[in-house]
Amino acid sequence: MAINLDPKVPQGPLEQKWDKHKFESKLINPANKRKFTVIVVGTGLAGGSAAATLAELGYNVLSFCIQDSPRRAHSIAAQGGINGAKNYPNDGDSVKRLFYDTIKGGDYRSREANVYRLAQVSNNIIDQMVSQGVPFAREYGGYLDNRSFGGSQVSRTFYARGQTGQQLLLGAYSGMMKMVAKGKIKMYNRREMMDLVTINGKARGIIVKNLITGELERYAADAVLLCTGGYGNVFYLSTNAKHSNASAAWRCYKRGAAFANPCFTQIHPTCIPVHGDYQSKLTLMSESLRNDGRVWVPKKEGDNRKPAEIPEEERDYYLERVYPSFGNLAPRDVSSRQAKFRCDEGKGVGPTKQAVYLDFRDAIKRDGREVIAGKYGNLFEMYERITADDPYKTPMMIFPAVHYTMGGLWVDYNLMSTVPGLHVLGEANFSDHGANRLGASALMQGLADGYFVAPYTLGHYLASTPLEKITIEDNAFKDAEQAVRLQTDRLLKVKGKRTADDFHKELGHYMWDYVGMSRNEAGLKKAIDGIRKLREEFWQDVNVPGDTGNMNLELHKAARVADFLELGELMALDALERNESCGGHFREEYQTEDNEAKRDDEHFAHAAVWEYTGANSSPVRHKEELVFENLKLATRSYK
Amino acid sequence: MSAGNMNLNLKIWRQPTGAAEGKLVDYRVEGVSPDQSFLEMIDVLNDQLVRKGEDPIAFDHDCREGICGMCSMMINGKAHGGYKNTTTCQVHMRLYKDGDTIIVEPFRAKAFPIVKDLTVDRSGIDKVMMAGGFISANTGNAQDGNAVLIPKPIADEAMDAAACIGCGACVASCPNGSGMLFMGAKISQLALLPQGQPESPRRSLNMVHTHDTLGFGNCTTHAECEATCPKGISIEHIARMNREYLKAAFTYYEKSRSEGGA
Repeated sequence: MAINLDPKVPQGPLEQKWDKHKFESKLINPANKRKFTVIVVGTGLAGGSAAATLAELGYNVLSFCIQDSPRRAHSIAAQGGINGAKNYPNDGDSVKRLFYDTIKGGDYRSREANVYRLAQVSNNIIDQMVSQGVPFAREYGGYLDNRSFGGSQVSRTFYARGQTGQQLLLGAYSGMMKMVAKGKIKMYNRREMMDLVTINGKARGIIVKNLITGELERYAADAVLLCTGGYGNVFYLSTNAKHSNASAAWRCYKRGAAFANPCFTQIHPTCIPVHGDYQSKLTLMSESLRNDGRVWVPKKEGDNRKPAEIPEEERDYYLERVYPSFGNLAPRDVSSRQAKFRCDEGKGVGPTKQAVYLDFRDAIKRDGREVIAGKYGNLFEMYERITADDPYKTPMMIFPAVHYTMGGLWVDYNLMSTVPGLHVLGEANFSDHGANRLGASALMQGLADGYFVAPYTLGHYLASTPLEKITIEDNAFKDAEQAVRLQTDRLLKVKGKRTADDFHKELGHYMWDYVGMSRNEAGLKKAIDGIRKLREEFWQDVNVPGDTGNMNLELHKAARVADFLELGELMALDALERNESCGGHFREEYQTEDNEAKRDDEHFAHAAVWEYTGANSSPVRHKEELVFENLKLATRSYK
Repeated sequence: MSAGNMNLNLKIWRQPTGAAEGKLVDYRVEGVSPDQSFLEMIDVLNDQLVRKGEDPIAFDHDCREGICGMCSMMINGKAHGGYKNTTTCQVHMRLYKDGDTIIVEPFRAKAFPIVKDLTVDRSGIDKVMMAGGFISANTGNAQDGNAVLIPKPIADEAMDAAACIGCGACVASCPNGSGMLFMGAKISQLALLPQGQPESPRRSLNMVHTHDTLGFGNCTTHAECEATCPKGISIEHIARMNREYLKAAFTYYEKSRSEGGA
């Protein structure tokens, strides 16, 4: 099957592309919109904002979420903030600068036109959220407050204490609830998407599993919006929620949606370190802490003194030393890698020696405890609850952890995948962050896609595409449902000895050791080989008790792990084929003398786009060449 | 890195479906580490059950960092274990001692029917929100974010109310099964903000009415809700809700559509 990777970027100057495109898009008159049904899978910032907006416009929306309520989607856990190019602080920000910072932050591996549009609509998002009653932080004069985030020299991050994601999500959720009450959104909670249904090559429906009854259900529509987040949980331990998974996106991949840059994973520098084998997830400590916290390790290897006993001159504030102009606010990929280097040198701290300090001593001395508590109080409390250490008195210990995936299903400028009608929004797509995402930009992208992009581009698709009349009794639905049923039966029949979590944890070790913060050819080959064997073993030895037709939690989990076991291999393969270092993808073979990522623009200034070719054949790697007309490709430096 | 040395006796509520009878079942978990979270301790127990081919204990959870509001559980009779500003997922085993017996039950309230084991149906919370827990600002309507100034103390107080995670601990702790803390928090948040004013009377009337019809009880100021709320939400917000409701009940009149109203 040939796939079409035309990004469909509109012609014309960068600044005018989106306006021009909106004007040229076909419209559907209000009375006709109610004749269309749209499926939105996922209710995070992308899915929630899209569902609410499409319903307001008059479409019939079917919304699906895996939790017991749309208000629980994992966007809720974002702490620090959301970027907007308002330039309220008068410090030199502009749409163009946000665009530039995002492209540079992504190490020149994203599409210019998409990123520019993202920066353009960033301001509308702030306005929209304020109007919905999001209580952003304010100054005494009543104006909105801003703070700084990594990879930028301006203050453009809007925030609501350390709960920005929660407040934005509840804003989007409240918009949804308003439209559920009006009957324009039909809400399906505790449902998991199991497959995409395509008819005549177009996405026309989904098969979902009711997680309470175990029954499979069919839903038909005129288009499908996939807003199911990222796949960081392939590592088992990540900052993602326990139910975040790759299955919906992965099943779409197997139905023809190409997967772009699967190896681009963000490892966040400030997380609470791993402390035991029983551990089920990792907890992020917001990047905003680096506004005031200083990152350091002892200069001496294996220094076992308490942090307070280590004098100033024996501390290495390595981010300030290596990156004087950005200091502790160096971007995430760079900061994570530096933490790893220090621990590899034997300077790590804490019981496992896999941690560095994030110290607020100087900030508390400068501003007083009250000011610091006002900014980060809830984060400090959370840290203390988990670790039993008080960060007002002793530095936090932090270490990088898997946090976000820049890769995802390939989409064109209209956010449509290679399957016509299947639109992919938010973290689930690959579009805007290149090889590394800047802090406070995930919330921005999810809401941009859902509020301000998809509602336009979807309208154009529906207005310009002939859509045959279909029902859920069509063969395509029966076949897709049957395929899910067969896989379920297969999982139940194995009756092996190892649990799904067992396999997931072992996969996680392969991913972290060989497809994590730094990668090399030998390691990646080892990972591919190991994951293949693990997958074979899974299908011979997994133990899933119980049966279908009820709330079988192990069965739900095993189906997700089966998909992770396939995705993990593709990530390793993608990392192996990308013979350069860029952003979060650090290949040890390709580094500068001072251990920075060394890009190869001549050979790799493209998105790697993978096409599924069947269970028994290798996926095919295609390219979308990235064209830089407005920015010059430059070596990324934060020194 | 090794697991710890606490041994615990658990009495956990098992109930295969909402319609079936439930009972407390005894379990023992050994080698628990004080750094383990409460849910990670149940994970270990579930792992043992699965290896024996038994049905694991069903409980709701997702983010495991205290913000999504999905985890619930009554631990020793208290919602989320009864620790200050803490959800179940953030309860750590260092709060217990070797040899302790811990009783784990689902949230119990008329408005929260049991689904399975420790999982309950909290869709009533969404239904109360649908009745008015929003500002009707359709996408694209918004003016500049700084066009309406909001004094910092007001924004901060609105944020205090907005911190609600919709977990339902307030309902489970209330002797009346009342949802007035989570509902009051939303009504109060939106009543504090200028953006929320146009719909404020309507919001309080509709939400309170819906709340009552869903089987949530009334508030008789026991304040158990405030004591167990993992986000420290104050019952002052119930007071503000009451004021909003009273004001609206006396003064608000909406013409019905047939009378020519919108």
